[in-house]
Amino acid sequence: MSGSSSSASRGATWLAALTGADGAVQGGPASVRVVDAPLGDERARFLAVVPDPGSRFPRARSGEVGLAEAWALARHVREAIAADADGARRPLVAIVDVTSQAYGRCEELLGIHLACAAAVDAYATARLSGHPVVALLVGSAMSGAFLAHGYQANRIVALDDPGVLVHAMGKSSAARVTRRSVAEVEALGEKILPMAYDVRAFARLGLVDELVGGVNADAPIGDDAARVRRSLVAAVASARSGARHLGCRLTSAAARETRAASIEVRRRLVEQWSGA
Amino acid sequence: METLEFRYPARDPVGRRAHVGVVGSGDLEVLLEPSGDGEARVRIRTTVDGYGQVWRNVLDRLFSRYHGAAAIEVNDFGATPGMVLLRLEQAIEESAP
Amino acid sequence: MSAPVTEPRPLARESFIELTARERVRAVLDAGRFRELLSPFDRLHSPWLERQGVVPQEDDGVVLARGRIDGEPAVVAAVESAFQGGSIGEVAGTKIACALELVARDHARGVPTRPVLLLETGGVRLQEANLGLAVIAEIHAAIVALRPRVPVVGVVAGMVGCFGGMSLAAALCSHLVMTRQARLGMNGPEVIEQEAGLDELDASDRRLVWSLVGGEQRHATGLADALVEDDVAAVAAAVRAAFRSGRPARHRTEQVELFLDRLAAIDPAGPPEPAALRQAWGNEEGA
Repeated sequence: MSGSSSSASRGATWLAALTGADGAVQGGPASVRVVDAPLGDERARFLAVVPDPGSRFPRARSGEVGLAEAWALARHVREAIAADADGARRPLVAIVDVTSQAYGRCEELLGIHLACAAAVDAYATARLSGHPVVALLVGSAMSGAFLAHGYQANRIVALDDPGVLVHAMGKSSAARVTRRSVAEVEALGEKILPMAYDVRAFARLGLVDELVGGVNADAPIGDDAARVRRSLVAAVASARSGARHLGCRLTSAAARETRAASIEVRRRLVEQWSGA
Repeated sequence: METLEFRYPARDPVGRRAHVGVVGSGDLEVLLEPSGDGEARVRIRTTVDGYGQVWRNVLDRLFSRYHGAAAIEVNDFGATPGMVLLRLEQAIEESAP
Repeated sequence: MSAPVTEPRPLARESFIELTARERVRAVLDAGRFRELLSPFDRLHSPWLERQGVVPQEDDGVVLARGRIDGEPAVVAAVESAFQGGSIGEVAGTKIACALELVARDHARGVPTRPVLLLETGGVRLQEANLGLAVIAEIHAAIVALRPRVPVVGVVAGMVGCFGGMSLAAALCSHLVMTRQARLGMNGPEVIEQEAGLDELDASDRRLVWSLVGGEQRHATGLADALVEDDVAAVAAAVRAAFRSGRPARHRTEQVELFLDRLAAIDPAGPPEPAALRQAWGNEEGA
């Protein structure tokens, strides 16, 4: 996989590229970087989870969403909701490069499920309050970590790059759990669309609003950051003009094909809901 | 996974549809409905391949004494013949007019 | 019976845990009020399982029914843990998400429908990976949108427990009912052992696992609202009590500062024992 040679994570790299030096919001663990920075003609809040080898939680040092990260995300998102309650709702951009949730005994004891739910709640509440919430997928968007950081967004924008991976379980874990080789797990994804890891397959599920091609995902150069910023501005405008629920995920041509079952379930349930 | 289909002559009307069981370890799900004609039809999906003859034996036994014009669908998760017969009989009992 | 019963015995209990999902739904709804939606005869099963050689179940492992609870309109969704470990695939998850959205629509129209989720699930169904994850996100969205209108009541009764993305759904519920047999956690013990090693967690040590994520511990630390016996009447009563108590002033997932303070007080190098956490976070009622 790409990116292992550079010390900065893609999340950190893209946060820096999109926001510059000013506007860093203090008050979280080092693994949660939050920056208020210009986006189009307004200010947006950018949030990224990055590796912190010095984290006091050993199971969350490599870019996982752990207890500290999830609660901090909830706090920074709610802070923006509270600050904007009487004015313009600033866009929230979740820069997604998260390898997994943190797996640990202490994490379970202290309720990592609640921490991640609090992050979900904060993002969903922001969306329902009129904040345009955009997820920008630049690296891994795995499992519970993606649920907590990004999946409640009005719009999902993703870099069209082989290093952008979306799944319910990392490849090596999935291989161990299903007693397959990593190659077999990858081959299965070619046959069964929702089993695939690559972002193009994910987009075919109707879950991506824009795939941004032609940028260097590991190290943005030249016009790359400006290019992505333009897509974010468009996603923000689209979110503002659209509904505050997630219904748009089922309306694209891709969704109508690959999520036909979801659409049929919904149609029939509405039909039966008020029956005798 | 294997899909099997069987047909038997039938003469008795089926009262109403019935659903029993779950697709869980050693169990099966049975959906039974009126077939709409003078025939009983059984469609089986099973996790275990190569047991067509066993299914035929179970069904032959069942349809030697049951003559309902039923459309039966079975989703099997490795149930024993005894379990299969039990679930089918439960479904038949529930579907009685 | 000839000999008198010498020791006091509880009145005959009927286990809730041993019920199927469909029986659980009936047990929670008022007697005689049960109208199943998207029943097995609608044949809305998973479009992804058969092509992977897995036999589908016609309701995709979620039983959905309307009825009444304490005389008020209600909908109950129950996950069938016997089918694929109660895992959530595209159809199963969409049934739950859409039902919750329709409850919100009912409320907008003045119909006070009560939503109940009976969660017995390992989380995302691996054969439907990304769509399982997507529909779980939709369930989360629906719970957050619905909570301001009506309490969303969750029950984790036990056998499988509630894990993965669906543990977040449980945490988002307004009221959470658990039994001692139930477990609630984000990562299953086997997954933790596999990912972090035996030193981190021995998944075969049942006493240890339950001491961390069992219903009694979750209730004693305030992460679940009610602890009930494995008894049909007790579960049904707890669900009714939850609706009578109404919406909490603040949901647990909104209490960010409280939990950040609690987290700051923890030393991950020497984390508290489960019993000490009960003291610190405490709902200790001596029960």
